Amino acid sequence: MESSKVIHAFYTDDEVLLDAVKTVKAAHHHIEEVFCPFPVHGLDKAMGLAPTRLAITAFMYGITGLAFAIWMTNYMMIDDWPQDIGGKPSFSWAENMPAFVPIMFELTVFFAAHLMVITFYMRSRIWPFKDAENPDPRTTDDHFLMEIPVHNNEAELTSLLNKTGAVEINVLDKH
Amino acid sequence: MYQFSGRLKTFSLTLIVFGFVGLAYSFYNGSQKTLEDAKHAIEAANSDAHGGAHGEAATPHAAEADHDTHVVKTDNEAHAAMMHASEDKETTHGDAHASSEAHVASHDDTHATHVLHQLQNRPWSAFYVALFFSLGLTLLVLTFYAIQRVAQVGWSVVILRVMEAITANLLPVSIIMILVLAASVMHINHLFPWMAEGIFDPESDKYDAIIDGKSIWMNATGFMLRSIAYLVIWNVYRFLIRKGSIKEDTANDGNKTYKKNYNMSVIFLFLFMITESMMSWDWIMGLDPHWFSTLFGWYVLATLLVSALTVIAFVTIYLRSKNALPGINDSHIHDLAKFMFGFSVFWTYLWFAQFMLIWYADIPEETTYFVARFTEYKLPFLGMVVMNFVFPILLLINSDFKSRPWFVFIGGAVILMGHYVDVFVMVMPSTVGAQWSFGIPELSAIFFFIGLFIYTTFSAFAKANPIAKGNPFLKESEHFHYYNIEHTGEGSGDHH
Repeated sequence: MESSKVIHAFYTDDEVLLDAVKTVKAAHHHIEEVFCPFPVHGLDKAMGLAPTRLAITAFMYGITGLAFAIWMTNYMMIDDWPQDIGGKPSFSWAENMPAFVPIMFELTVFFAAHLMVITFYMRSRIWPFKDAENPDPRTTDDHFLMEIPVHNNEAELTSLLNKTGAVEINVLDKH
Repeated sequence: MYQFSGRLKTFSLTLIVFGFVGLAYSFYNGSQKTLEDAKHAIEAANSDAHGGAHGEAATPHAAEADHDTHVVKTDNEAHAAMMHASEDKETTHGDAHASSEAHVASHDDTHATHVLHQLQNRPWSAFYVALFFSLGLTLLVLTFYAIQRVAQVGWSVVILRVMEAITANLLPVSIIMILVLAASVMHINHLFPWMAEGIFDPESDKYDAIIDGKSIWMNATGFMLRSIAYLVIWNVYRFLIRKGSIKEDTANDGNKTYKKNYNMSVIFLFLFMITESMMSWDWIMGLDPHWFSTLFGWYVLATLLVSALTVIAFVTIYLRSKNALPGINDSHIHDLAKFMFGFSVFWTYLWFAQFMLIWYADIPEETTYFVARFTEYKLPFLGMVVMNFVFPILLLINSDFKSRPWFVFIGGAVILMGHYVDVFVMVMPSTVGAQWSFGIPELSAIFFFIGLFIYTTFSAFAKANPIAKGNPFLKESEHFHYYNIEHTGEGSGDHH
């Protein structure tokens, strides 16, 4: 099938790659994916990817953690087993709030951090023991790979990519 | 080269003159206060504040008792005992006039004298708050500048001269500080209670065993010598580093001058960390001689540091708008705003850490500090937490907002006001107690020091090359781009 063909263009420098991405985008081609050995600043913007929403989830997870901490301290220290906190036996959550601030802080951070990592893994579709998805092992070493789907424009794409400083261009069938 | 514009100069001089006139009026007014005024103030306080305070104290206790009866019945007695203890504590350790009922007639005059001193202290305190704030934030700009040199920071090189210019404010405020402290030692004002006569004299009825126990530290000679030492150390570094920095521009000596400046800054930072803590004990904690807190030096540092960063951001934004800062871009503003945000959180951390430990331990000699602030200064004391924490958090958490001058300006204005209130609440409860308000003395002092700040900063900035062009990291700073933001006036393609 023609539409499952892709071009793999290899680069050896992040700046060259960044310029290549801009050239390809300027020529109105869709870039399927770019594989890098390390994060390249500005690449997401150059590829036209939508900004991440991970920060929003982090905020919501943080709020969840805070709410959980409030509920938990209230349940443990006030409701279930009322405790005399630092010689202040008022048995009121609000009046003993300062004592719970460290717990609220820690659980906010705990929830935000752990749930954010889990979200990131799920969103990136990676989990323990998963086989690597990168098409060429060199992208874990010193090469950058740009993957572009081909729609009957193989020759045009190849010549365009040649001009961008690609060190290797392969056309192959994607399963 | 930047030219200190005539309009700005006139503006700053007007502020100084206005401030000076207001201060002269306030000092005259303060010196005219008599025992009669003090008695009036006490009466006024008794008629409105007293009933309120008692009502307030009664309600939560009633509610607590109610709540307790059906939770743990046997605890009621212990609880009642605790309530008594806390009431006792308020009477003995709160300011004396919180319990004027307990005063017998013979004590009325001593109490009135105390209030009179507080009334007379007001212009001094108002001046002292603004003076300390101005001196402290200038000092912290100098420290932040020294940190840039010691860490050999790349991004900030284009604004090094801005920081240098701000530190020109250090010398005049240091001189004023010495004069005010000398006035305290000479009993011209009553800011520091431990300087009063008879405190160290076992025969006197004013003898204070606690302060006497601290007399190794708290004595007028030592106090004056230390104060002079701090100010001299800071000013000497300022003088030398400014000279060295300007020399760097033309030195061309394989970074020899640069390395010399580095070494000087290392020594300064070492001395600064010691003198800053001691300065906060002497100049602020000494206002409350019975009270102590081991992290107070850090707390003062956080207050002054976040204010210093805000001021750097303000002056940078202003000079940038006048096109006086070549090589600066949005990323530099973004970084300054990140620091403002980060140190606001740091301040809150220290503020809360100090409060929580004292609240938890509940030792009377430590809680006095917060009792005074929760009773008479509730609004400014809690309001500043909103201004210094909640507001900056909400406004500056967004990455895009941090590089927009208007957001930085609004956030910074609230931070500066909040930290002024912070210093206000550090000083006022111990010097004027319940006799505080915000009026002509406070505003005049603020005007005076803002005017002085503008005048010294911008005339110093006009005297040197606006860019530290001999700094080996200048290129790095000019090319500085935080990857996540787009600079105004550039396409996204310009950034590497």
